[in-house]
Amino acid sequence: MRALRVALALACVATLTSAHPAPPLVNDDAITAPGLPRALSEYRFFTGTGTASPSPQLIGYGLRSPLFSDYTEKQRFVYLPAGQRATVRDNGEVAFPQGAAIIKTFGVGQGAGFRPIETRVLLHRASGWEALPYVWNADGSDAALKVAGTRLALTVSRTSGAAVDISYAVPNKNQCKECHQSGSQIVPIGPVWMNMAFADPETETRFISRATMPGTALAKWPVWDDPKSGPLAVRARAYLHSNCAHCHNPAGSASNSGLYLSYSVADADTALGPYKRPVAAGRGSGGHDFAIAPGAPERSIMVHRMNSTEPGVAMPEVGRSLVHDEGVALIRSWIASLPAK
Amino acid sequence: MKRNFAAIVALMACAATSPLMAKDIPVAAGAGAQERLQEALILAQPGDVVMLAEGRFELTDGLSLDVAGVTVKGAGPTKSVLNFAGQLAAGEGLLVTSDNVVLRDFAVEDSKGDAIKSKGADNIVYHNIRVEWTGGPKETNGAYGIYPVESENVLIDSVLVIGASDAGIYVGQSRNIIVRDSIARFNVAGIEIENCFNADVHDNIATKNTGGILVFDLPNLPQQGGHNVRVFDNVVVENDTPNFAPKGNIVASVPAGTGVMVMANRDIEIFENVFDGNGSSNIMIIGYRQPFDDAKYQPMVRNVRISDNVHGKTGFAPKFDGGDMLAAAFGGTVPPIIWDGVGGADAGIVSSDGVPALSLGMTRPDQPMESAQPSLAKLDGNAAPKLPQIVMPEAMEAAIR
Repeated sequence: MRALRVALALACVATLTSAHPAPPLVNDDAITAPGLPRALSEYRFFTGTGTASPSPQLIGYGLRSPLFSDYTEKQRFVYLPAGQRATVRDNGEVAFPQGAAIIKTFGVGQGAGFRPIETRVLLHRASGWEALPYVWNADGSDAALKVAGTRLALTVSRTSGAAVDISYAVPNKNQCKECHQSGSQIVPIGPVWMNMAFADPETETRFISRATMPGTALAKWPVWDDPKSGPLAVRARAYLHSNCAHCHNPAGSASNSGLYLSYSVADADTALGPYKRPVAAGRGSGGHDFAIAPGAPERSIMVHRMNSTEPGVAMPEVGRSLVHDEGVALIRSWIASLPAK
Repeated sequence: MKRNFAAIVALMACAATSPLMAKDIPVAAGAGAQERLQEALILAQPGDVVMLAEGRFELTDGLSLDVAGVTVKGAGPTKSVLNFAGQLAAGEGLLVTSDNVVLRDFAVEDSKGDAIKSKGADNIVYHNIRVEWTGGPKETNGAYGIYPVESENVLIDSVLVIGASDAGIYVGQSRNIIVRDSIARFNVAGIEIENCFNADVHDNIATKNTGGILVFDLPNLPQQGGHNVRVFDNVVVENDTPNFAPKGNIVASVPAGTGVMVMANRDIEIFENVFDGNGSSNIMIIGYRQPFDDAKYQPMVRNVRISDNVHGKTGFAPKFDGGDMLAAAFGGTVPPIIWDGVGGADAGIVSSDGVPALSLGMTRPDQPMESAQPSLAKLDGNAAPKLPQIVMPEAMEAAIR
């Protein structure tokens, strides 16, 4: 014990005296030990101010079709503990070893102008995944745990560049689970290989070097807003997968609705919504009969709920206070393109 | 010393997992209630009681509880009020997703969506709770008042629900259910049991709703094939509020003035209820009338036993298609029991109530009313109840004693 302490002290001295100090290692104990670290800095995912200097142990990634979150910018990282590998399954789901973490920061501004608002961490512990939200302080020196969530006044920019003031909701710990639930487990949502993107080939190679890849290469899904990446129907399905299917699947929070919107659901399946009548929708129905009325977006409950910001109507139920105009337009076009029976 | 310390640590570790350490967590009303109460619900440990103080909790977001074995207890359904009039997000007021939870002695007012939802929450107890949309029946009210779904062992006891734009008390896709000693008024459906197995609905008052008590089954859902539901000893009177459900929802098809409606279920018993003042009919037994694409779904009703009910004035203001013509044909009022007739004698619909029963003479559940062949039906046969009583685990009953 004493020897270890001396060694650690020496390591500290070495760091302090070095001309280019190596960044501190990610704190594996904070990830794996039971308990709720009060400050984001305890994990040592980032050094310096904000998230500009991620630990070299983190691997950045993006999503080709992401969840809409009130036009905020997002930075995503995965952390794999030393010597451990991820596994990309044959269906593209990424399985992470114990001790892994996924770190997602929401903020405003792009590139060097990015200002972090909150960072959500998913920690793969012996007991399963733990989901925790941290809110950044004003000077960006650290972020504090907010298990009960909070609301923040925030100005975001629409795609047009127009600024809009919103009441931004940081989810509470339970709301993290609402979206990340699969059966009784908490699971990551984003990392599905077909939907993952990397800033450059080097980063992708780094990820692959830490992962066991499936025998057969998996074709990437289209990018929801890039017509060159695929036809309308598949782009719409990729969008629904990222924005709805985390709850709308047989093991998710909306399992009881029978409306299942994963990318893998067959187009003709009633579970996807065509001619599917609502259950438990209340005024969310908007007076319409079907989740999707093929050929008639104006009579489709799906569009009505995506196009609303009213609690009790709006879908998703949490995570946005604005309508995603571009997403609604995509789903409208897709439903309009579907042949009516 | 060292050994003592180890012993103490071991004792503490042990106690941390046992209810001996259970504690009361008082939560005050007033400013900052959202974060204060939500934090208490998150940090509570199994066995703890989150104690809502007397007063109004003005909430800005949905609340949720995901810790098993927690009790949320207020000072009474008029004293501790969770008010969601200023709610900015979430599909319900309070969401429970853990097992063995007891909710009691508080109120939920004016939630934007459902009031209290419990999903996948086994052994849940709702006791002495008031849910109310304070502006009266309106289409813009939330859908469900008390809303357990996908759960096993659901006990709803002594609650009051007013103003739900769908069902006041709604139990969906669950098993082993008791709804008792409760009051539902000014909802579209007072009490609704949907896609459920094994339920007792008894000693409730359903009045001033559009329909009093509904037992439904719908297609394209994970749990379907509703069966074994007993509706008994209820007072189902003057359900005459015009239907204010948003169109598209199944309850929007319930005619005002419905007492009990059974749709697409099997093995149902309706006995010893008091019916009066339901203008459409006291008991309606119909199949699922919409087109559907679901090979596993059974749209017709089978095996309903009706006995020992008291039928007051009924059928004087039928609000369903063809109702006026039927009333005219049968002497001015529609008979107190209406059955779509699908399945004929093989459907096993029997009544010993001694009141007229009308068969619509349909051969398919989705047959248009225009081609119905209405006639008085003899629903002879043994109508005596025979389904077993629903029993809850003893700990759930103990929680409300």
